[in-house]
Amino acid sequence: MTDELTLIGKPLPKVDALGKVTGETKYADDLAMPRMLHAKILGCHYPHARIKHIGTARAQALPGVVAIITGADLPVKYGNLPVSQDETGLAGDKGRFVGDPIAAVAAVDEETAERAIDLIDVEYEELPAFMSVEDVLTKEGEPIQDYGDQGNVHKMVALEFGDTESGFAAADYVREDTFFYQGNTHLPMEEHAVVAHYTADGKLTLWSSTQCPHYVHRALSKALAIAPSRVRIIATPVGGGFGGKSDPLPHEVAAAKLSMITGRPVKIALTREEVFYAHRGRHPVLMWAKTGVRKDGSITAMHFKTFLDGGAYGSYGVASTYYTGALQPVTYKVPTYKFEGMRAFTNKPACGPKRGHGTPQPRFGMEIQLDKIAEAIGISPVDIRRKFVVDENSYTVNHLRITSCALGECIDKVAAASGFNDKHRKLPFGKGVGLACSSYLSGAGLPIYWNNMPHTSVQIKIDRGGGVAVLCGSTDIGQGSNSVLAYTVAEVLGVSLDAIQLTVSDTDLTPIDLGSYSSRVTFMMGNAAIEAASKLKKLIMEAAAEKLQLPVEALAAKNNSIYCIDDERRSLTFAQAAQLAEAKHGGLGAMGSYTPPKLAGPFRGSGVGPSPAYSYSACVAQVDVDPETGEIKVEKIWIAHDCGRAINPLLVIGQTEGSVYMGLGEALMEEQDFRRNQHKIPSLLDYKSLTMMDMPEVETILVEPIDPEGPFGAKEAGQGPLLPVPPAVANAVYDAVGVRIDELPITADKVLKALALKAEGKEPRVGPKGVPSFVFPEPVRVEPHPQAPKLRGA
Amino acid sequence: MLSERGAEAMIVAGGTDLFPNMKRRQFEPKSLVSLRAIAELQRVTGDADSGLTIGAGVTLAQVSRPPVIAQSYPALARAAGDVSTSQLRNTGTIGGNLCLDTRCNYYNQTYHWRKSIGFCMKKDGDICLVAPGGSRCWAASSSDTAPVMIALGASVRLIGPRGERVIPVDELYRDDGKDHLTKAADEILTEILIPPANGLRSVYLKLRRRGSFDFPILGVAVALRLAGDGACAYAKVVLGAVGSRPVVVPQAESILIGNRITPESVESVAQAAARLAKPMDNTDSVLSYRKKMAHVFTARALKEAAGLP
Ligand SMILES: Cc1cc2nc3c(=O)[nH]c(=O)nc-3n(C[C@H](O)[C@H](O)[C@H](O)COP(=O)(O)OP(=O)(O)OC[C@H]3O[C@@H](n4cnc5c(N)ncnc54)[C@H](O)[C@@H]3O)c2cc1C
Ligand code: SF4
Repeated sequence: MTDELTLIGKPLPKVDALGKVTGETKYADDLAMPRMLHAKILGCHYPHARIKHIGTARAQALPGVVAIITGADLPVKYGNLPVSQDETGLAGDKGRFVGDPIAAVAAVDEETAERAIDLIDVEYEELPAFMSVEDVLTKEGEPIQDYGDQGNVHKMVALEFGDTESGFAAADYVREDTFFYQGNTHLPMEEHAVVAHYTADGKLTLWSSTQCPHYVHRALSKALAIAPSRVRIIATPVGGGFGGKSDPLPHEVAAAKLSMITGRPVKIALTREEVFYAHRGRHPVLMWAKTGVRKDGSITAMHFKTFLDGGAYGSYGVASTYYTGALQPVTYKVPTYKFEGMRAFTNKPACGPKRGHGTPQPRFGMEIQLDKIAEAIGISPVDIRRKFVVDENSYTVNHLRITSCALGECIDKVAAASGFNDKHRKLPFGKGVGLACSSYLSGAGLPIYWNNMPHTSVQIKIDRGGGVAVLCGSTDIGQGSNSVLAYTVAEVLGVSLDAIQLTVSDTDLTPIDLGSYSSRVTFMMGNAAIEAASKLKKLIMEAAAEKLQLPVEALAAKNNSIYCIDDERRSLTFAQAAQLAEAKHGGLGAMGSYTPPKLAGPFRGSGVGPSPAYSYSACVAQVDVDPETGEIKVEKIWIAHDCGRAINPLLVIGQTEGSVYMGLGEALMEEQDFRRNQHKIPSLLDYKSLTMMDMPEVETILVEPIDPEGPFGAKEAGQGPLLPVPPAVANAVYDAVGVRIDELPITADKVLKALALKAEGKEPRVGPKGVPSFVFPEPVRVEPHPQAPKLRGA
Repeated sequence: MLSERGAEAMIVAGGTDLFPNMKRRQFEPKSLVSLRAIAELQRVTGDADSGLTIGAGVTLAQVSRPPVIAQSYPALARAAGDVSTSQLRNTGTIGGNLCLDTRCNYYNQTYHWRKSIGFCMKKDGDICLVAPGGSRCWAASSSDTAPVMIALGASVRLIGPRGERVIPVDELYRDDGKDHLTKAADEILTEILIPPANGLRSVYLKLRRRGSFDFPILGVAVALRLAGDGACAYAKVVLGAVGSRPVVVPQAESILIGNRITPESVESVAQAAARLAKPMDNTDSVLSYRKKMAHVFTARALKEAAGLP
């Protein structure tokens, strides 16, 4: 590689942009096949009910109905995490939330299938419903699942790193707060869709809008008892995922089963309401945080308790629970730390991973609490953060390895750009600014199911015309992974983008990639692509050197040409050099892989949190609050993001703005809200998310330290920038009108309520009153990592 | 056709309310009679001095734009321009907006959803889920333009098999969420007649969560006419979305007419408005908040119309 990069770091268009703007891109619901059937799913009518009998005779009799399946046809349990094998596709014994899939009908068209659904007669026996963590801790009744830590408590975690008691004793100021982060959903523009085709040769192929074809592959093979080699999953272009399409979902299993029964292609396209039921979105989290600081603002101890309302199934919930405690020590130095978390099963659609997976909730609490602490001890919100940013190349108290970190620079830049110091506590009543920071993973360091294999592989083949075929299991969900793959290979080989042919996310054709989650794709796929391309480049350069009678070091590859650095006239085209290499070595192909370094700490539960690198963000929100109506107008967001090297700054800015958009939705209005035991507002109109009219200007500042292990120094951009947005808004509202809204969403009526409390001389706060007196197990005590921040004087 | 097919037929104009309701099986007509081809319904005639006649088939976009409406009946331009999104305003008509079905978030749901929670009396059931003790439906009148039309003193022309009649918009509605129109199913609303502006000042303020897309959870329409000496000669305040029909605030007339408008009189009318507003827990946001806002918004709208700071 020569030092100067041709494609990396340039604001290039996405490689698949034209197909999208012209409408040529075929999403799963655009697919049609001869003899294709359409299927619909019947959802349970009760939040929690035993299914005593399902009568399908009336539905079967409807002309046009071809096949009907129920839970009895799908007895095998599967699940994404090995510890949460609790789904079957269609619930057999009982329905666990209103909308829980219990039967499916395949018919000649969608309308017939829908009519048939209403003709299915279900006999239920109602069971007590658990609609909240509080219900789970106080109500009697049959547990929702037959596994878990106790009753409806799915998971309990308790960990202590160092001695928090001495940490708090060493503090000059300690405060305790409670917060609530409401659940919300991903709201992808594309509703999930799948086409399944089981052909006469006993092979099942699925075209599905999924973020993780590999996990669908594993789950389907298990659920349907078909050898993995007889299952092929093709992820169609995904119209937004945000985590909502990373579980194998019931409609995928149902479509596959219906195709196996009928031998015909079967399509299921979810309605928007069904997408709200498929969910796997943000867990509602009630939390308690206690933090001790010295006079200068340095943290001496931190203790978090989190209560996750998980919904009816496990999904990624065990990981989500750990994530509510994992990343607090990754931003500022924390010498002692304790975390207790629990997840409850409730009769609601399952929660799972949504952009930021389990970390935005504690981040919300932590960054508001720091704001309160800063005020109490009389230092600025900038200083309490800036002075105690974690060191580069250090470890956290909970054994997470930090490599590059430019959070300090992010804080400086965002404070300067927003004029934070001149505005904070100085703007007229009604206007305010708030600051918050965060960090996020660049890929989960450990796989979801235990193994020692790579997390991703990239295969490259070069043809005689100079065409470069690149194959990878990675899935572009709009974030631009296809583009990153193409730029990376083209950069290494010195070819133009039009030489690159991508084949992605097809379990038959492409080598493994675990999926588009945990911000892992650029980092991991990028490294694998560099490895594969470098192997081939070596062969091609050697062949060219031989032909040009020059040492390899004298050559460079750029713009489809291999030339002598000192005399560019001495050159070969890339195709000529590739032919020479093929003549010498045989067909040109290579594989590259990426396996993260061993990062897990020496304790149980250390698998969640490690990442080969962390991104950092700092955000300032400026708001205008109308004290008469409580309405909040976010005037502007400044956000500085340390993404390592931006492979394509345009895409990074796009991801950052998208994260801000989503963060603001969670901050101001989004609510997965339930009433009378069922989803209150499962529609795009009633579930409120920001419209274009509500979106403020966003100023994105990219901070680009070169990460030592990232591809070209890159880290991540897809999730991290969401995290600081909600607490920045909450802190800004406080700065504007002096009220604390310690729960999301921050709505106008809550602001008014807090203002009324303030006028009455009461504590001007709206938020949870406390947390349940739940007894967590004795914490697992872990010695802090030796390179972690130390408790001074201890 | 309408009278032939009776209750099985429904009128469709832009279809922006009707089709989503059909999809969720709130409406299950066997036939639809479209008004789109009737050219006479697509016209705006007259002017501010002689009064305006707006055909029922004129789109909301077309109502929100003409200078005559924007200048002489600004509340109407604003209400029409505040409906949902630009895509919807290009299709939805003013006639459809006045005949819009009442809304309730127990009712504007799919068949499966309604079946799961238990059907309500507005469709397929016999109780009200919002006020289970009572015997009526409280679904909310959610048209943005209806309160404005009433404030402006507008009338509608209805044509049906039994002939033609012109009634004030106020009389088009009754306080019943299940059956909120006094118009018979086979009567077509052909045009809206708006009296001369004659110095009328009008304002419409809409409460909704977002800057676009959302139905009103409160609408306040105010129309005032001030005499040469500054005394109020005409005053109407009408609230939308806080009842099954637009809610007229009679205190606006009794308190304001004949006097100069003062911050105190504005406050009295705003208090009266908040008392009359009967929001139910069946739309977005919190009930008590909507009631409080009826006060704030009425005061703001009156002040804006009267030119008070
Ligand atoms: C997402 C969404 C958001 C919306 N937001 C708003 C909003 O913010 N504010 C608002 O006021 N409305 C809103 N609407 C409702 C609706 O779209 C508008 O009110 C629109 O003006 C209806 O006009 P239309 O021509 O489409 O009516 P249609 O759907 O064609 O008809 C509506 C009803 O009126 C009857 N009808 C129509 N024309 C006549 C006529 N000439 N004579 C007799 N009966 C007639 C129909 O039979 C039907 O019952 C929204 C709708 C949607 C789907
Ligand atoms: S107000 Fe009551 S009866 Fe009317 S639609 Fe709502 S739930 Fe049904």
